[in-house]
Amino acid sequence: MTSGASRTKPRTGVGGLRQSASDGLIITWRNLKRIPRIPELAIFAVLQSIMFVLLFAFVFGGAIPLPGGGNYREYLMPGIFAQTIVFAAATTAIGMSEDVHKGLIDRFRSLPMARSAILIGRALSDVVYNGGILIVLMLSGLLVGWTVRTGIPPFLEGVGLLLLFAFAMSWIGIWLGLSVPSVEVAQQAVFIVLFPITFVSNVFVPPQTLPSWLQPIAEWNPTSTLTASLRGLWGNPNPYASTGFPSQHPVLVTLLWVVVIVAVFAPLGIRRYRSMSH
Amino acid sequence: MSVAQPLVDPSVAPACPEEIVIATAIAAHGLVKVYRSRKSEVRALDGIDLEVEAGTVLGLLGPNGAGKTTTVRILATLLRPDAGTATVAGFDVVHQPQEVRSIIGLSGQYAAVDENLTGRENLWMFGRLYQMSSSAARQRAVELLDQFGLVEAADRVVKTYSGGMRRRLDLAGSLISHPLLLFLDEPTTGLDPQGRLGMWEVIRGLVREGATLLLTTQYLEEADELADTIAVVDHGKIIARGTADELKSQVGGERIEVIVHDQVDLGRARQLLAPTGIGDPHVDEHTRRISIATDRGAQGLVQVVRDLDEASIRINDIGLRRPTLDDVFLSLTGHESESGE
Ligand SMILES: Nc1ncnc2c1ncn2[C@@H]1O[C@H](COP(=O)(O)OP(=O)(O)O)[C@@H](O)[C@H]1O
Ligand SMILES: [Mg+2]
Repeated sequence: MTSGASRTKPRTGVGGLRQSASDGLIITWRNLKRIPRIPELAIFAVLQSIMFVLLFAFVFGGAIPLPGGGNYREYLMPGIFAQTIVFAAATTAIGMSEDVHKGLIDRFRSLPMARSAILIGRALSDVVYNGGILIVLMLSGLLVGWTVRTGIPPFLEGVGLLLLFAFAMSWIGIWLGLSVPSVEVAQQAVFIVLFPITFVSNVFVPPQTLPSWLQPIAEWNPTSTLTASLRGLWGNPNPYASTGFPSQHPVLVTLLWVVVIVAVFAPLGIRRYRSMSH
Repeated sequence: MSVAQPLVDPSVAPACPEEIVIATAIAAHGLVKVYRSRKSEVRALDGIDLEVEAGTVLGLLGPNGAGKTTTVRILATLLRPDAGTATVAGFDVVHQPQEVRSIIGLSGQYAAVDENLTGRENLWMFGRLYQMSSSAARQRAVELLDQFGLVEAADRVVKTYSGGMRRRLDLAGSLISHPLLLFLDEPTTGLDPQGRLGMWEVIRGLVREGATLLLTTQYLEEADELADTIAVVDHGKIIARGTADELKSQVGGERIEVIVHDQVDLGRARQLLAPTGIGDPHVDEHTRRISIATDRGAQGLVQVVRDLDEASIRINDIGLRRPTLDDVFLSLTGHESESGE
């Protein structure tokens, strides 16, 4: 990524890229420090996901039969992981918008630091944060009957895919957080966008039960392809996979989504950030 | 990493500002800024000219919405002007922003410190982002915490700080790299009287050490207290500049001030006062106060008391007042200094 840091004056003796990296790590440190100091944030993020697990595994789950005798909870958990990661954009947007409205961004922008560092640090720390939340969720998943049936390498591939996707979603969050007029709007905007994305998908129900015009959307939905990738990689049941391209090549389509999202939203976010001085 | 030094003409772009004695710390000419949105256009700055000599304090004085923050943000490279130019220590704020950033300190209108970090962590982070080494940043944090009376609170999260402590920490953050030049945007707004006095003390300390300072304020008293020269800004324009004394003399000498008991008497009292003073009396209906400039001193006051008494107008208060900067503002703009709200 190129950034304003390329204009960094030589007198500090630090090159543009190196300065972006070291400043970015300081911002990452700073973002991570706040997690244990506002534990409510992480606790609610985990609780929200656990609530979905309980709701669907134990309340609606009985009404959703899986052909071939698959375990619904085992089917559900990868979807919950994917949904949690999609919601990563919310964390990012809210954090970003708070920094803007509390004047911290202004302070950072008045320092001789790499301008890209704020964005890099935000994306990085949110990946770490979401990684932590995933660990908690996976442990809870094990308790309700989810398991990985394949092996360590495919398990790690799945985790890597989740974190890559979290990184992509962070850029949507960065752009949103910089674009909205207040923190409250950031919260609402994010949920208005994200709830449909996670519900019109294969996370909770077989996509075949959706109205026919929604089915292709659900099939191409990145939440669906991410979920299908995880089910495939981990050997969790996925009895509703169709013969469509996204269902046949979920990992490839998910990676494409990551590329597209970053390619669109990273420049948008950076432009937003730059244009704050106009 | 070695960087080839380009041959520069030092009179155009000093390569290392610290080694050059700069007489003019800030020079701004014709700054214009228009905020555009779909619905409206706000001409926040309408041609601001400023000059600040090194080692002096300029007070930018104006009501809410006058354009103070916008001016500071442009000079601190956070905002691009739509027209005009500005240099800080010889560096152009638009074309050499990174150079400007490395020699200024900015303390914004709202304390911009991370609430979830401790005071010490905040200062360390800012030091690192000024490209100091970790240990140098730690060392500097210790010095500043001491200087600003934050040693005891150093390891508490900022969330638990009072407003005054936050502002002091914010100011400390802007001093990390020993800036040549400091911008303070309304440093005491929102502080209680005790916090304000504490902040004044800190700022006076900086001035004694020879800091060059641009300070904005809505409080005339504050500009009088801290600034060498004052520029009065209103609706994006500088409408007056000079020392506090020069500005005071612009309004004329003393004023007679009367507060009448009954609102209905305001009109009559105004007529009675007019011949004793100079110019038009100023009437504030709300507080039932009339004031007028006079060159007749105590003699004039006695005359007014007599006239009011003869006309049997009841008064609550009367007095002869030395002009304050409030009067300056009133006579320059025709409205009270804090009416911008
Ligand atoms: N981001 C912005 N968008 C639109 N208008 C703005 C913005 N910032 C300031 N203004 C307007 O510009 C004018 C000057 O504002 P400002 O510089 O903040 O004044 P001050 O700091 O003296 O109170 C005001 O009328 C204010 O409403
Ligand atoms: Mg302001």
